[in-house]
Amino acid sequence: MDRDSILKRLTVLDFLAVDLQLYLDSHPDCTDTIKKYNEVVSEADGLREQYENLFGPLFSYRSYSKRDEFNWTDDPWPWENSFNFEIGGES
Amino acid sequence: MWIYEKKQEFPVKIKKQDPALAKLIITQYGGPDGELGASLRYLSQRYAAVTPQSKAILNDIGTEELAHLEMIGSICHQLSRDLDPAEIKAAGFDSYYVDHGTGVYPASAAGVPFTAAYFQSKGDPLTDLYENLAAEQKARSTYEYLMRMTDDPDVLEPLRFLREREIVHFQRFGEALEGVREYLDHKRQFTVNKDMKKTK
Repeated sequence: MDRDSILKRLTVLDFLAVDLQLYLDSHPDCTDTIKKYNEVVSEADGLREQYENLFGPLFSYRSYSKRDEFNWTDDPWPWENSFNFEIGGES
Repeated sequence: MWIYEKKQEFPVKIKKQDPALAKLIITQYGGPDGELGASLRYLSQRYAAVTPQSKAILNDIGTEELAHLEMIGSICHQLSRDLDPAEIKAAGFDSYYVDHGTGVYPASAAGVPFTAAYFQSKGDPLTDLYENLAAEQKARSTYEYLMRMTDDPDVLEPLRFLREREIVHFQRFGEALEGVREYLDHKRQFTVNKDMKKTK
């Protein structure tokens, strides 16, 4: 997968995680949602490792990859146009 | 604590500059119903929360609002890149430009700087949650007004996403309110309520 595809899938999964966690905040006993949440987070963490190994760190103070050089400062940053992928066709 | 993740909650990739639009959208950065006020409101209110669920909801929505603040800042930044003086004047961006250049500054669309007077943290868990229901609705209305101000799909997509989040947050705050009401009702019936916090 290229960078845009990995980042796009990761963005989808992380959004699901955010929304499911918020749902679980008010429905903590919903076992179906807990199962779905665990699946989503586990797939996202796998992609995070893949992304970090190829394109550099996603987190300050946390790592999903082992790297020898410090490339946290590498451009682009998320607020810049070139960081982001096209949504294209979806609405 | 908070950890920064080097990506957006929802992508912002704007091809066409539109400084006039940036000057309007900035209101969701630092205006009366903006994301900065939302985040500070919930993260400040959480200390007075009484049920585990409402603590989590205030904490987690307050955190998500910071990701929304980043999206709005990114939209404004990308809409106002590479401008020349003629474009700045023609777009009516000049009054913003002379104060802030093309920097992103927390202010309303009318140029009023951000103030904490936009929100309350009242120390009363019910009062706070009622305020939050209104706040989510006000932010939803603002996104709808902003969406009428452009037909650029690159801007509309993130605005539509943010509008939908206001609706989800409204729903979660409503559920938090129900829980707190139930908790406070029980509290009136029983003088000993130390174990009440443990009940779901």
